[in-house]
Amino acid sequence: MDAAPTNFKSNARAALLDEKLQGALKKSRGGFVDKRQQAVDDFAQFETLRDRAVDIKNHVLADLDRYLEQFESQVAKVGGQVHFASTPQQGVETIIDICKQSGAQRIAKGKSMIGEEMDLNDALEKEGMEVIETDLGEYIIQLAGEKPSHIIAPAIHKTRAEITELFHENHQKYGLTEKVEQVATIVNEARTVLREHFVNADVGITGANFLLADSGASVLVTNEGNGDLTSTLPRVHIVTASIEKVIPSHKDLTVFLRLLARSATGQEISSYTSIYSGPAQADDMDGPEEYHVVLLDNGRSKMLQSEFWEMLRCIRCGACMNHCPVYQSIGGHAYGWIYPGPMGSVWTPLLLGVQNAANLPNACTLNGRCESVCPVKIPLPKLLRKLRNQIFERGLLDRFSRIGLAIWAFVASRPKLFRSTISVSAWCLNRMGRRRGSIRRLPLAGGWAEARDFPAASGTGFVSSWNSSCRSD
Amino acid sequence: MRSNSDTKSVGLFATCLVDLIRPEVGFAAAKLIEDSGFHLDVPLAQTCCGQPLYNSGDLKRTRNLARNLIDTFAEYDYVVAPSGSCAAMIKIHYPRLFADESGQINQKLRKLVDRTYELTEFLTNIAKVEVRAQYPEMCTYHDSCSGFRELGIQQSPRALLNKVQGLTLTECNEASACCGFGGTFCVKYPQISAQIATEKAHNIKLTGATTLLGGDLGCLLNIAGTLSRQGSEIRVLHVAEVLAGCGDKPAIGQPRN
Repeated sequence: MDAAPTNFKSNARAALLDEKLQGALKKSRGGFVDKRQQAVDDFAQFETLRDRAVDIKNHVLADLDRYLEQFESQVAKVGGQVHFASTPQQGVETIIDICKQSGAQRIAKGKSMIGEEMDLNDALEKEGMEVIETDLGEYIIQLAGEKPSHIIAPAIHKTRAEITELFHENHQKYGLTEKVEQVATIVNEARTVLREHFVNADVGITGANFLLADSGASVLVTNEGNGDLTSTLPRVHIVTASIEKVIPSHKDLTVFLRLLARSATGQEISSYTSIYSGPAQADDMDGPEEYHVVLLDNGRSKMLQSEFWEMLRCIRCGACMNHCPVYQSIGGHAYGWIYPGPMGSVWTPLLLGVQNAANLPNACTLNGRCESVCPVKIPLPKLLRKLRNQIFERGLLDRFSRIGLAIWAFVASRPKLFRSTISVSAWCLNRMGRRRGSIRRLPLAGGWAEARDFPAASGTGFVSSWNSSCRSD
Repeated sequence: MRSNSDTKSVGLFATCLVDLIRPEVGFAAAKLIEDSGFHLDVPLAQTCCGQPLYNSGDLKRTRNLARNLIDTFAEYDYVVAPSGSCAAMIKIHYPRLFADESGQINQKLRKLVDRTYELTEFLTNIAKVEVRAQYPEMCTYHDSCSGFRELGIQQSPRALLNKVQGLTLTECNEASACCGFGGTFCVKYPQISAQIATEKAHNIKLTGATTLLGGDLGCLLNIAGTLSRQGSEIRVLHVAEVLAGCGDKPAIGQPRN
């Protein structure tokens, strides 16, 4: 599939027919949901913390400039440097410069959605550098030459059999002879190969879950510990993050850490929570010589000034996509850009332009489950409706829908016409399914009838019937 | 309307789908409300609450339809809809559509919002209905998304059904997960919708229930159509039909005599 949000419909159809993908989705479905629910049930303060988190994020967003300046000056105090990048291109150039200045050849990279926004791996490889992803999921999709399909579980679309084959194809050069089929042996194989890269890397690039304004530290949670090796072993540590990741202090961090792991994976806390507070100081035994934080804007400042500012509370836990029936049916790649699911359906049109992603806000049943599980209470359905309004106003909705809506509005704003339309339609839908009680082929809604019957109408309009039977009493 | 001091009036907002496909739901709702001592009207001027337009971003035309509904139901003591999503449209989304810059809405709309109820909530909290029906079947209940998440409806239908003689209620895995209907969604993205419906049907079958009940006809048409295509014998009915003692009639999408 050509991964672009404009191709959502064909991407989705292909995804529904992709048996491997469907197998992987079926296997993961429910796991995140059940574990999150259990974690939330076991933690009485969860709701209180959600409210606290909303307050903290709203407070920071209302004063973002000041917190970013504070963060920048604190990073400088410990000997690091903050680089602001308005666009992904600027971010990439900054990172390439840092790498070149340090004479880097090998780069160990932790998982970073901001890295994905910048398409960083491609850019660094074009400069002749070797980039190795150190998160297992990211490593798997790097081997496969793919993009992440989930913001916290990038290779969730891969079956174990596919992973076995990927290792078989790519690790023979490291001396792997047998096929690794068990999870433990896959992990061990990845660990053995990745260790070499950690030790030999010149630059380590990690993402950040939070930035602490009061200390200039960046905070990263992982379940594999790859972040620590990526950040501490190489000479240079680069953190890639976006401007909305800043929070006031470590006191606020405890609120978010308790929400994040429970919402994401149902853990009480992630296996590793690392706080990076700058380059190695004189009396430190180890640590990087250089510490850079590249902060990407990429449309966020504009979003902050818009009616979509609440989206910037997002802490990237993935709960919305784990609970989204659409995501669970088609996986993440069909959305065509790096952020899938409900948060992606808001984020992508805002960053790429609604004209380039007009299907995403519409491809949602508005069931509201995403909002109900969002740890920072982002009103996702409300934001999706606002985007639908923009799409409608700009004439970007498909012609079939626009004509259908116009006819519906015309009829429904004329009660007498509406009554007779209902009666005639009910009569037709009654006749069409008289024998079976349901209709197998439906004009104008063929898609419905591909996999479902349409129940026949059992009368000729309730409102008219009720009034004629009652009034005649 | 035609109420005296003792008898409160109810305007039944039947909803388009009940009007068009399943009059039984309307008659059942009317019976339950009238039997509880209310004067019931089904105003002829009612049309659509505007959801298809609202959820497609056409706010101007939505307001037109909303104004018709607000005028049509302005004078009733209560407005009742046998649908969580249409009731939520009025209670949650009309105020958003008509709020002024300070977030205020006019008194006429405020009154309508406060007096509009989803059917099972009305029967439980206002009518305090006496359930006299029997339905000796194993049933499972599908929580429709708007009713469940926007109006918090979960206990009312179950409490009412537990009073039906012979009825046993068994919970479905992921009962409150979306069925894939989504209004215009099922027309715009029918394949995705069908996939979600298939998952829902799978979970329903796992319960061993012989009847699936719910409070929103859109979801019920989607689920019934999916089950029927799969050759399942599970009966699908609106909760009102069972509560009114009409559960023995042909189920949604099943052949009529």
